[in-house]
Amino acid sequence: MSAPWKQVLNRVDDYCWEIPTSYKEGMRVPGRIYASEAMLEHIWQEQVFQQVANVAFLPGIVPYSMAMPDVHWGYGFPIGGVAATRVSDGVVSPGGVGFDINCGVRLLRTNLTAEEVGPRIEKLTTELYNNVPSGLGSKGRLRVNEKELDEVMVRGSAWAAEHGYGDAEDVEVTEESGCIRGADPGKVSARAKQRGIPQLGTLGSGNHFLEVERVSEIFDREAARAMGINEVGQVLVLIHCGSRGLGHQVCTDYVALLGRVVQKYGISIPDRQLACAPIQSTEGQSYLEAMACAANYAWTNRQCILHWVRESLVSVFSKSRQEMGLEQVYDVAHNIAKLEKHTVDGKRLDLCVHRKGATRAFPAGHPDIPEAYRKVGQPVLIPGDMGRGSYIALGTETAMRMTFGSTCHGAGRVQSRAAAKRSQRGADVVRALADKGITVRAGSMSGLAEEASEAYKDVDEVVDITHRAGISRKVVRAVPMGVVKG
Amino acid sequence: MLVTKDFELIEHTADVGIMAYGADVREAFVNAARGMFSLITELESIREVEHRDVEVTAPDVESLLAAWLNELIYLFDVENMLFSRFEITEFSDTCLRARAYGEPVDGSRHKLKVGIKAATYHMLEVDRSNGGRVRVLFDI
Repeated sequence: MSAPWKQVLNRVDDYCWEIPTSYKEGMRVPGRIYASEAMLEHIWQEQVFQQVANVAFLPGIVPYSMAMPDVHWGYGFPIGGVAATRVSDGVVSPGGVGFDINCGVRLLRTNLTAEEVGPRIEKLTTELYNNVPSGLGSKGRLRVNEKELDEVMVRGSAWAAEHGYGDAEDVEVTEESGCIRGADPGKVSARAKQRGIPQLGTLGSGNHFLEVERVSEIFDREAARAMGINEVGQVLVLIHCGSRGLGHQVCTDYVALLGRVVQKYGISIPDRQLACAPIQSTEGQSYLEAMACAANYAWTNRQCILHWVRESLVSVFSKSRQEMGLEQVYDVAHNIAKLEKHTVDGKRLDLCVHRKGATRAFPAGHPDIPEAYRKVGQPVLIPGDMGRGSYIALGTETAMRMTFGSTCHGAGRVQSRAAAKRSQRGADVVRALADKGITVRAGSMSGLAEEASEAYKDVDEVVDITHRAGISRKVVRAVPMGVVKG
Repeated sequence: MLVTKDFELIEHTADVGIMAYGADVREAFVNAARGMFSLITELESIREVEHRDVEVTAPDVESLLAAWLNELIYLFDVENMLFSRFEITEFSDTCLRARAYGEPVDGSRHKLKVGIKAATYHMLEVDRSNGGRVRVLFDI
């Protein structure tokens, strides 16, 4: 018997599958899932098709509701979803960004080798754990008042750099230079600010982490060199976190607010978590201005954490930052809505691109990517799970044409948190990682079990599909040496 | 209907949900809140030392459920308050007043399990057909 999804999907090519509008009444455009045939089986078992179809209801969406290969069942939008709406008559949906606004990844390179770091990895992991506040209910080392928080929300990474947490070079190699313009703190509720003040400069819990890793494979030497990565064994540090309680509250506030106005604008949505408002409406604009505040807060957060990571390396190896070549490679957002220009059916359009668990992947030559990468393309940072690898890839012209310059953001979960905990305990996860030579420091053992390798898709397979589909190009693979989790 | 449990967990690939039961919806709202705090820590470890008064309004009863739980998440995030007992003093489809009993997190006694970002509207359901039954999915 043929697989049930075969009756629903139309094959576009080996890695792209279309959900026709006939799948669900109300879809304005078809859905498109980037995946291998083998992966579709799992995707089918979840509610991903439904969720991709639901997103296709959004007014002004063009030309498809898309899902990247790491797609999995989300809480409204699928995680791994990309949806672009026309700025002129389309909507913005806070659920299409998610609660952790500008959750993202930052990569630091070093010129240290795995041989040098290996013997001190336990010390380094402990130092990172002590220097970067993490875990549930942790308070930041920064003490900002309300006025300073407003500055953080308006200026993003630059605020951190000016206050001694990094420098202008870091800001330069950050998506959007670490600041979305037009942020208005007046659109952020007092409660969101209350949640944000004590949590600035904290990693958080859940799937957020710091990872010390070594380069295991280089696929494109020239592009890797542009990122300062020259050899297998070179040590990198990956930072994964977002906008903490401030972003969560902004999303909570605006999903509730926009949920109250959908009727006023005559919008029909199949899932209340997709609450939205016209981009040109007061409510839509307010959300975008508040979202920018949370996004800028997240970039500031990662900038401060980067600073403490550098301090930890300096302390453990007793060498200066310059001696160790501690330079930021790049920083990407993977939960965000961006106003961008794209070509659809031969026409240049102003679009609002929602990336919910998806990464921007702009090609070489694009004016929005920093000078250092203009020739090779935008670095895309793709973390895997704790036990397997992570990737650095590059944006492509194909991505620009097919996915509004977007690709996957990680491995994607396949196992529920409860199922992960049933199948392994935190202590088992520590032992399994230790067997692979990976040191881990975690605030919560049960949280650790939820993040076990088995709970995730194989990142190699996911990245391979983005590579073969052409929506990003593999440059470097790295494997973990030490992991810090909240 | 014989209700044998107050709440149960719903498995979801990325997140966790709660199905909560009660003799009526009001009681199911209480059990949903207890279910939510059981995700954060062991309910038995929470002592009734302090209380907070909570008031939320919403356009309909489903949104009221999300607003109620999000209010408690806010109190946990800002004041580190854990709650294990709730008295709903006023309840309609659009307004809820309650007193929540608990204490701030004490690292030596409370084993924190998972952080909750928010109660979502996805799969949100309030069912009155057989006593009270509510369903909510959290972003973890």
